[in-house]
Amino acid sequence: MSVVNLSEQKLVNGQFADEVLKHTGVNVRDCYQCGKCSAGCPIAFAMDIRPNRVIRMVQLGMKDEVLESRTIWVCATCSTCTARCPRGVDPARIMDGLRIMALEAGKTANAENEVAVHKLFMDSIGKYGRLYELELFLRLTLKTGFLFKNTDLALPMLTKGKLSFLPTKLKGANEVKKIIEAAARLEGEQA
Amino acid sequence: MRYGYYPGCSLHSTAAEYEYSTRQVCEKLGITLEEIPDWNCCGASSAHSTSHLAGVAIPARNLALAEEKGLDVVAPCAACYQRLVTADYEMKHDPALKAKVEQVMDRKFNGTIGVKSTLEAVVESGLEKMTKALQKPLKGLKIACYYGCYLVKPPKIAHVDDPENPMIMDNIFRALGAETVDWPYKTECCSGSLVLSNTDITLKLARDIMQIAADSGANCIATPCPLCQPNLDMRVAQVNKKYGTNFDLPIFYFTELMALAFGVPKADLKFNKHFVEPTKLLADL
Ligand code: SF4
Ligand code: SF4
Repeated sequence: MSVVNLSEQKLVNGQFADEVLKHTGVNVRDCYQCGKCSAGCPIAFAMDIRPNRVIRMVQLGMKDEVLESRTIWVCATCSTCTARCPRGVDPARIMDGLRIMALEAGKTANAENEVAVHKLFMDSIGKYGRLYELELFLRLTLKTGFLFKNTDLALPMLTKGKLSFLPTKLKGANEVKKIIEAAARLEGEQA
Repeated sequence: MRYGYYPGCSLHSTAAEYEYSTRQVCEKLGITLEEIPDWNCCGASSAHSTSHLAGVAIPARNLALAEEKGLDVVAPCAACYQRLVTADYEMKHDPALKAKVEQVMDRKFNGTIGVKSTLEAVVESGLEKMTKALQKPLKGLKIACYYGCYLVKPPKIAHVDDPENPMIMDNIFRALGAETVDWPYKTECCSGSLVLSNTDITLKLARDIMQIAADSGANCIATPCPLCQPNLDMRVAQVNKKYGTNFDLPIFYFTELMALAFGVPKADLKFNKHFVEPTKLLADL
């Protein structure tokens, strides 16, 4: 990581913390950098920037670095950090907000797999109202080779009847699609 | 008790054995499950990772449907439970958000119902009822009760029990004649939400969980989460290959073991759906 002048960063980029506050209702200024969130984070070993540092970088306005990090995409949304934060900061909610901000800013070059999974998942529930796993797996395989990496699981999953061949389509499948679209519209208007 | 039952997508596909055993256990305990008509997917981690409003509104449609029936919602899947209870909490605490949710889902939600996990509903029916229904004590089982994250975190919202050392499942199994082990990974994450994108991470976490369970003296693991169960059970072979380990711990849904204790025949419980078949462990039961 390059050298960062902290006082300068804070003056120039104070508005990122406000943007995050607006997206999440969480004020990162409450964080006093005890590091407890990172200490208990089960995914910290696989992150490029540990959770407490992400929070610090938000305080300092380091928007691009944070939105382009792998951390926000490998966060497993387990909320252990939130359960343990002595300042009530809710890092898990911040991770959610940062993922959404990265999507809005188009800064997801670093997260192709994760974005593909989320997109295919939302497509599936928009289409059927419920998840149609078999189709999701096949479509994901075209994008990321998912099933080829799990050839040992595919056959037993079928023989053990763990996958339905056909989707269940709801009467209200259309409603789910409308919710997704209407939410995107409303959030777009208010951005 | 009568509930609006929200099975969630997994219980209709990968976790059919959870669905079956949940229904059996509830029936034995006098809990009536009325499936919410036309329920939709809760959105899992994808909805709230891509839009806050959709992340609340998608599960909220199910709450609105249950409210029409005047029933509290009960959800066996820990992940669905957390999405439903979060939507409920956020709408009850943020009227402006609730108005937006109602607008995008084109339905009303008055907040007159609540959300529970099946684990809670079962516990609330009382240990006495359970011991009365007991036909086959779970002798010889040393269970690591693995609650996972979503039932207990974040604790302000998902508060089935203590976030660090929950006991409610332990208490059930002790009442049903099993031993449960004291272990530190009860609510550790298995990273089930990353299983489609980051398999390497999930293999390490699965390894850690099975290692600590085995080191703590468990001969099986029980969970209320249909993400955790396959994430451990289906991945055992991959974990063993990657880490040179030798795990063969059966991973149960907690309701499977309860149903067994209540006398539901083994054959009906379809343990052959498990990747690690518990034949030997359950031979005497
Ligand atoms: S646990 Fe809370 S206060 Fe401590 S570093 Fe993390 S966010 Fe900051
Ligand atoms: S929610 Fe994300 S950042 Fe927080 S402990 Fe879990 S994986 Fe780590």
